[in-house]
Amino acid sequence: MSDRRSTRRRLLAGPYIVWMVLFTLVPLAMIFVYGFTAPQGGLTMANILAVGQKENLKALLLSLKLSLLCTVICLLLAYPLAMILRSNTKSSASLIVFIFILPMWMNFLLRTLAWQILLENNGVINTVLTFFGLPKAKMINTEGAIVLGMVYNYLPFMVLPLYNVLTKIDDSIFEAARDLGANSFWTFVRVTVPLSVPGIISGITMVFVPALTTFVISDLLGGGKILLIGNVIEQKFTTTYNWNVGSGLSIVLMIFVIGSMAVLQIFDKDGEGTAL
Amino acid sequence: MKKRLCLFLAMMMAAITCLSCGRSLPGTGGEGKGTEEASKEDNTVVVYNYGDYIDEDLIAVFEEQTGIKVIYDVFETNEEMYPKIESGAIAYDVICAGEYTIAKMMAHDLLQPINYDNIPNIKNIGEQYLKMCEQYDPGNQYSVPYVFGTVGILYNTKEVTEPVTSWDILWDEKYSGQIFMSKSIRDSFAVALIRAGYSINSTDEAEITEAKNMLIEQKPLVQGYFVDQTRDKMIAEEGVLGVIYSGDYMEAKNDNEDLAYVVPEEGSNYWTDAWVIPANAKHKANAEAWINFLCDAEVAAQNFDYLWYSTPNVAAQELIEEEYLNDPAIFPDEEILSRCEILAYLEPEVENLYNNAWTEVLSK
Repeated sequence: MSDRRSTRRRLLAGPYIVWMVLFTLVPLAMIFVYGFTAPQGGLTMANILAVGQKENLKALLLSLKLSLLCTVICLLLAYPLAMILRSNTKSSASLIVFIFILPMWMNFLLRTLAWQILLENNGVINTVLTFFGLPKAKMINTEGAIVLGMVYNYLPFMVLPLYNVLTKIDDSIFEAARDLGANSFWTFVRVTVPLSVPGIISGITMVFVPALTTFVISDLLGGGKILLIGNVIEQKFTTTYNWNVGSGLSIVLMIFVIGSMAVLQIFDKDGEGTAL
Repeated sequence: MKKRLCLFLAMMMAAITCLSCGRSLPGTGGEGKGTEEASKEDNTVVVYNYGDYIDEDLIAVFEEQTGIKVIYDVFETNEEMYPKIESGAIAYDVICAGEYTIAKMMAHDLLQPINYDNIPNIKNIGEQYLKMCEQYDPGNQYSVPYVFGTVGILYNTKEVTEPVTSWDILWDEKYSGQIFMSKSIRDSFAVALIRAGYSINSTDEAEITEAKNMLIEQKPLVQGYFVDQTRDKMIAEEGVLGVIYSGDYMEAKNDNEDLAYVVPEEGSNYWTDAWVIPANAKHKANAEAWINFLCDAEVAAQNFDYLWYSTPNVAAQELIEEEYLNDPAIFPDEEILSRCEILAYLEPEVENLYNNAWTEVLSK
């Protein structure tokens, strides 16, 4: 009986295994093969070490800077929102969450292109500014525009896990804290924040990783002027045909992603962070 | 050379519609054969062209005239097209390609010589243009020119009141934040190399480095690096100066009268797109029929009315209105051409020098 059940289970898992092998393991293996070989063949570390080149290093550091900035802004925006949602009634909270997620029904590229039109020199925002007699602001094709694009696109990924974690905390815990003499500040610092760590971790990972690797946002809102590590890798694959260096840099980027997740895991002892 | 993405998509949809319509037409020979399984009796030609780079009506006219069914496929850039041809995965019969890519294909033995007995209309192509093409295709063995043009500066005459004569204006701090450069590596380097007084095909590392430093110096003044978007942004007056292909100028001017185009005095890039027949083509005679059809004077003139790119077809030029013929932005005259240079194919090591230098420019 148990044997039959386990066979059936294995059969049910089949499609997922095929999926994983074809679309995760094989591509990953290919990246590693390209990453550790020279275009003429033969093993090499040169593709990995290419990250040390001045321009690649600069792109990587800039990516780290902008994605960290984006993550911090998302956290600062999302936490109060999640707190507000928590104190709302269930139905109004889910309505607000729904509205927050609504833009995600539209294509990501279209939403980013829309920001281009908003931020342009003769764009919507500047037209409004000129109408009120204010000087035009130069917004498009700056680092700020890229961070804005990142925050706009990834904010829901921060709000959702925080909201989920915060709504799960029992009200009696806060009452207990107050009974024991903590004012609202200390309740927040000593009770709310520690209990929401899994949500924070989850949110940070889900915002930081895509922000670190993006090349579309920087391309559309940076005017091709600002090169992030994602753009460097994209160029290696498309315009310059150097798949080997492109793969090498991807591996380095993967190391950064895995590293950041490992650091975050230290704070998330219960392993709840992955739950959305 | 490259058009807006939406037009490209529209073209693809149109191409698909064309194909499915063509399939239901009786008596056109091989019914919808895949490119790989083309057999002897099927009468098709597999065409590979830039997106939005032909008046679509002409495809149907060709099918009617010759009874050859067209399987039409499009790409956006030479860089995207080349690996497909090199791998030989799909057997195209006739391809429209840029001159430096044609040279690259020749260097890799990917093309076969054209039999001019099947292309009597070659007589319509002007001697001077065929001679220009010999720079990359000696003896015109492998390619028949389709359209040509220059790279120049598109500027807004309301904002730029001084005469635009030199590439130097793209380094003028007065226009800081109002300049669009090309995202195409070779095009942007061409501008800097010409300004520094070198060939646009320089293989000298010191010269490339000098051009690189110029582009780095210019970067704070540049609003963005684009290819397809430059025209739209200039029409919307997002900037006042942009590096652009001559063919885009007519379309830009139709939408914004204040725009003007100039080929700077120091010279520029003169580019050609031409039809070639890959070595693995399965319907060579049909490919030649296709080229012959496009070399017809009236066909080329109709195509001009759609594309606005200059045609090397002198018989067609007689059918085109004076106003366009005399506009040096559309039909560059001898004097302009004498200042221009054709992009040559570069060895992979040199190409790498350019690629690395470009990454350095963009990462500043």
